[in-house]
Amino acid sequence: MAIRVEHELHRRRRSRNWGLFAVLVAFVALVFGLTVVKVLSLDSIAQFQGYDHVIQPANLIPEPQAESAP
Amino acid sequence: MSDASLTTRLGPAAAPAGEGSFGDYFALLKPRVMSLVIFTALAGMIAAPGAMHPFVGFVALLCIAVGAGASGALNMWWDADIDRLMRRTRGRPVPSGRIGAGEALGLGVALSLFSVMMLGLAANWFAAGLLAFTIFFYAVVYTMWLKRRTPQNIVIGGLAGALPPLVAWVAATGSVAWAPLLMVALIFLWTPPHFWALALFVRGDYGRANVPMLTETHGDRATRNQIALYAVLLAPASLALALSAAGGWLTFGASILLTVLFGQAGWAVWRRDAAQAEGDGWAAEKRLFRLSLFYMAGHFAAVILDSLLGTGWGG
Repeated sequence: MAIRVEHELHRRRRSRNWGLFAVLVAFVALVFGLTVVKVLSLDSIAQFQGYDHVIQPANLIPEPQAESAP
Repeated sequence: MSDASLTTRLGPAAAPAGEGSFGDYFALLKPRVMSLVIFTALAGMIAAPGAMHPFVGFVALLCIAVGAGASGALNMWWDADIDRLMRRTRGRPVPSGRIGAGEALGLGVALSLFSVMMLGLAANWFAAGLLAFTIFFYAVVYTMWLKRRTPQNIVIGGLAGALPPLVAWVAATGSVAWAPLLMVALIFLWTPPHFWALALFVRGDYGRANVPMLTETHGDRATRNQIALYAVLLAPASLALALSAAGGWLTFGASILLTVLFGQAGWAVWRRDAAQAEGDGWAAEKRLFRLSLFYMAGHFAAVILDSLLGTGWGG
């Protein structure tokens, strides 16, 4: 017959497993949230590309031309 | 061998190392110390000029708290042998056998790296460097070098506990200023009388573990003199913080009130001896210890309120 009585050891293991699960979920949320905040705080996409990639001139937003006086 | 056969021979109290609950691992981080670190760091962050994104601020505070917890775990790893000898600490996870010393070391190193890296990425690398220095100072300079060698252990080691508001300020602004340095000075000068008041009424513990606490090496009278000296030194530090850019009307009021109360309690401890203290169950020493907690909380709560309510000198 299988042993069904739960030992203290199993309770500790379950607590440890759930705790680790919560820590990992919190870590994912932390990195995701930080990424969103950092990207949204950039002034233009060129800054984001320049952070870890080569800036692509084609994607740069052109500077607004000064309108000539009539 | 299955865990069923293993647990048949081992009772719950004798669970093998590595079989602690989640709460045991959390206890390694010294949550009560962490709460004080979070509170003083929050004050440093709120008093700092400039705007910081709330989420980045939250992550920075979390990193400072985790860094403090990591140094606590490293402290428990190194001090497991003397923790076993003291009544106050023998129930900790490592000396009680619920967690192995190696696990405490692993957790401490991993959380140290995590907290420093995350603070660097979230805020700036100057703050991350300061946090790394804080962890190093507590785990290596205080725990490994000073604690068992000199009665000045908690005086010098107190710097580690004093740095969190500066780390938080630097995380928010990227630079150092006088106001956070005065917060550091206040905690630094507060630490010795706080711990020596405790050491006066739990002194047998440190003697059993051969920790050269001032009460053990220089006796009761010298400890009382030193407490009085630091109570005097705290007064200008408290006033300077109240008059700094982080202060305001509330901090100024709290500084006056708490300095008077702390001075009275320090005076009461200084003017009597061990025989009188034993007579009333160390009442004055216990009062000074409790008041020291209130003293620190009161100053930093006032700094936070001055910033939030606009009663600070900067408006």
